[in-house]
Amino acid sequence: MPASAASSNLSNDGDPMSGDTTCETCVKRRDLLSTGVGAMALAGAAAAAVPVIDSLAPNPDDVAVTTLDIDLHDLAPGTQRVVAWAGKPILVVHRTPQQLAILQSPALFDRLRDPQSKVLQQGAYAANWHRSIDPAFLVVVGICTHLGCVPRFDPQTDGNGWLCPCHNSHFDLSGRVLKGSPAPYNLPVPPYAVVKPGTLRLGENPAGSSFSLADIVQI
Amino acid sequence: MTPATRLDLDPDQAPEPATGSWLERRLPVGRALRREYRDYPLPRNLNALWFFGAFAVVTLAAMIVTGICLALHYTPTEAGAFDSVEAIIRRVPSGWILRSVHMAGASCFFAVLYVHIFRGLYYGSYKAPREVLWLSGFVALLMVMATAFFGYVLPWGQMSYWGAVVVGNAVAAIPLIGHPLAGMLLGGDAPGAATPMRFFVLHMLCGGLICAVLFIHIAALHVTGSNNPAGIEPRSPADTLPMHPFYTTKDGVGLCLFLAVLLGLAFLAPALLTEADNYLPANPLLTPPDITPEWYFTPFYALLRSVPSRLGGLLLAGAALAVVAAVPWLDRAPTRSARFRPLARPAWFAMAASFLLLGLAGSHEATGFWLWLGRLAGLYWFLHFLVLLPLIARIERPLPLPTSLA
Repeated sequence: MPASAASSNLSNDGDPMSGDTTCETCVKRRDLLSTGVGAMALAGAAAAAVPVIDSLAPNPDDVAVTTLDIDLHDLAPGTQRVVAWAGKPILVVHRTPQQLAILQSPALFDRLRDPQSKVLQQGAYAANWHRSIDPAFLVVVGICTHLGCVPRFDPQTDGNGWLCPCHNSHFDLSGRVLKGSPAPYNLPVPPYAVVKPGTLRLGENPAGSSFSLADIVQI
Repeated sequence: MTPATRLDLDPDQAPEPATGSWLERRLPVGRALRREYRDYPLPRNLNALWFFGAFAVVTLAAMIVTGICLALHYTPTEAGAFDSVEAIIRRVPSGWILRSVHMAGASCFFAVLYVHIFRGLYYGSYKAPREVLWLSGFVALLMVMATAFFGYVLPWGQMSYWGAVVVGNAVAAIPLIGHPLAGMLLGGDAPGAATPMRFFVLHMLCGGLICAVLFIHIAALHVTGSNNPAGIEPRSPADTLPMHPFYTTKDGVGLCLFLAVLLGLAFLAPALLTEADNYLPANPLLTPPDITPEWYFTPFYALLRSVPSRLGGLLLAGAALAVVAAVPWLDRAPTRSARFRPLARPAWFAMAASFLLLGLAGSHEATGFWLWLGRLAGLYWFLHFLVLLPLIARIERPLPLPTSLA
């Protein structure tokens, strides 16, 4: 195409050394090239960043959730057992009939922040006053919902079950947080099922329900 | 009389006027970048062989990024190293890409550096005033070699392990300090429980040192400016072009081609660059039938085994590198570019061929033909640097040089 055919608002920007300043504001042909090259380079850099960022995610083998069976036969009434599962302390408690009676008293209800377990800190099968499948046995994740310390087992006759050593959060023996504690939520109940009388399996739900650690509002 | 403070200085004597934005007045990075990477004058006649410095920088950047990601998933223990590399390939999200690029990057790094160095030898880029530039580049090459070796041992496969055995014994052959040095390197008499952690740390350390040496190399380059195919200094502004947009664009095109090669190797031919034996876990009781180093070490490996003496072979391989470092003082001819040197030019081709033949000899079994080919090629290598270059400088009559690059 002869140079004279270049339209007036597309300046002939062929020679970058000429210092052409006749049309400083209008679009130049080279602008299209440099914008295009820049956009492609940016797209290439973004594509290269994908595997780099992707690889920063955990190795799926390291975060795979396994199951763990717990035998309850040698857990004496009124005592707690701590087991590690999914890298977390799991507290299993065998509650006495007296303790279960306290958990149902209206006086305790009034002192609880979420007595009905409305917040999704447990599966549907544990959204009851005893927060468990079998009332006698409670399973909770032993991580205070305030700032993550492990609450100390401290059953009292007034309904207290755990006391968090970090900031004095109190929980009853169903893992429900007492008013006045800095912790906002009840202790989470992990997914578990009763595989046979006296044996719990962590990481598995009762038939017909689905719940996982990821569903919990706050661990 | 009050002591002179910074404010009392005559503005004419101040290094540079503090102008520009708030940050620029305090840390003139923008100004320095514009001066060194936009307006920076380069000879206008640079050919495609001048791409390779930029390729090396980009390769190093890719090695560091992929290397950091790989390090996050690597286990530097005798029991865990091999499995963790397998997990990177098979389980870590995108781990296979990163590992493949890191491996192909190592090979490309050497390919790029060898072209870069032989280009410098051809066009006399080592001659005054660029001796420090040359030496800093030589140190960078040594660091890259060390990093590559340490990295090659990390997967703890059969070739990794036996490579570490051979190098450990080579180091132990050094008189007096050899044995304690090899012990410190390996963390034992032979590669073992302590070795992966030591090599992991050394691999990362040397990788960092490459960056430091590269910084010095580029700083020295920007003091003297680039050499060029004609080997004469630019005499007027007409002989140069600003780096941007001319060489940024040209290097960009070259970079696209280079990345196509690197990614082509990583994605389409990863097996080309690895030994199948290295996908067997290290076994101290069984040496693989054929120990071959990576291709980039084969010229030096050929020298290592060309004489029936452990120490002698080690000295030869070291000397083969040392003569390259010493070339600014071995070749005293005032003419830089081999284009205008009727004797040095064919000598360069013969020298480059001897390096290739050494590499070929080093990748074959050291018997009969290949052993003797390696010996002859090695002999010529030393003959070139120690005899021919000084001799040619004395007897050669160079062709007339051009007066400008324009």
